[in-house]
Amino acid sequence: MEDGLKYVGAGLACFAMFGAALGVGNIFSSYLDAAMRNPSAAPQQFGNLIFGFAVTEALGIFGFLIAILLLFVV
Amino acid sequence: MLSYVSFAATDPIKQFELSEIVPLEVGGLNLAFTNSSLFMALGAALVCGFLALASSKSEMVPGRTQSLAEMTYQFIAGMIRDTIGEDGLRFFPLVFSLFAFILMANMLGMFPYFFTTTSHIIVNFALAGLVISIVILYGFWRNGFKFLKIFAPSGVPAALLPLVAVIEVFSFVSRPISLSVRLFANMLAGHIMLKVFAGFIVMLAGAGGALALLSPLPLILTVAVVALEFLVAFLQAYVFAILTCVYLNDALHPGH
Repeated sequence: MEDGLKYVGAGLACFAMFGAALGVGNIFSSYLDAAMRNPSAAPQQFGNLIFGFAVTEALGIFGFLIAILLLFVV
Repeated sequence: MLSYVSFAATDPIKQFELSEIVPLEVGGLNLAFTNSSLFMALGAALVCGFLALASSKSEMVPGRTQSLAEMTYQFIAGMIRDTIGEDGLRFFPLVFSLFAFILMANMLGMFPYFFTTTSHIIVNFALAGLVISIVILYGFWRNGFKFLKIFAPSGVPAALLPLVAVIEVFSFVSRPISLSVRLFANMLAGHIMLKVFAGFIVMLAGAGGALALLSPLPLILTVAVVALEFLVAFLQAYVFAILTCVYLNDALHPGH
């Protein structure tokens, strides 16, 4: 019983993807939105774009980490 | 016809298996030269060899090899100037080495039958641990206890400060984890995905009849995924380098 619930937990950890998808999508859509309005300012913000993307993506990856821990460590 | 045997032949995890090339044990420690070590050494040798070749006969008007090396130099130097400032250039060798090593490891991993060094978390964790140790040591060496100001951002109301400080400490502690796991997860997931889709081609072709006619579909998908993986390989090296810059910025200029 407990063994099976482990897999349920790992599956539930995939919900982290939901949040990461919303966040990363939001970052890129806002960037494109702003870049279309002021294309000359866009290249300077590319670093910030990647930084925001990486930090947001980290939270989705924490979900992946939980799933891996549940499957192979617990 | 999807028998277990045909699935085992395309086991997507097998590519990450370590194999000892030169077994070596020192005092109970396994120091064997593995296929992982081989590709790390190969990546480092390729980077060093390329840069040595490009700078061996430098000319006023650079040729193709020299301009590629100069562009890479400018790319990293510009990244450091943008995120840290002019005084961050003292960390140029560190950031450039990390970027070149990870990029080369990721790119070598894209070749069929080659080993992806960065798909093992311990390699990435060592690199991320190096970065965070340098941030902590250099931060304290340069700023003394003022370095602790990174946990208390300016402009936060005094009532909220304890709460914000706790959150900042947690965010600092999770940095080496997120830095290493990001690279590891992207490489691992990408390469498993490639092998799973490649396995679909074999399975469909082996199924025979009408199903075999469908086997070019996953082939097209695999080609697209390979292109995506090349992008990810570059992007993750870039992300690792830019996050290193952002963390080093904390050590140079604490208190935002």
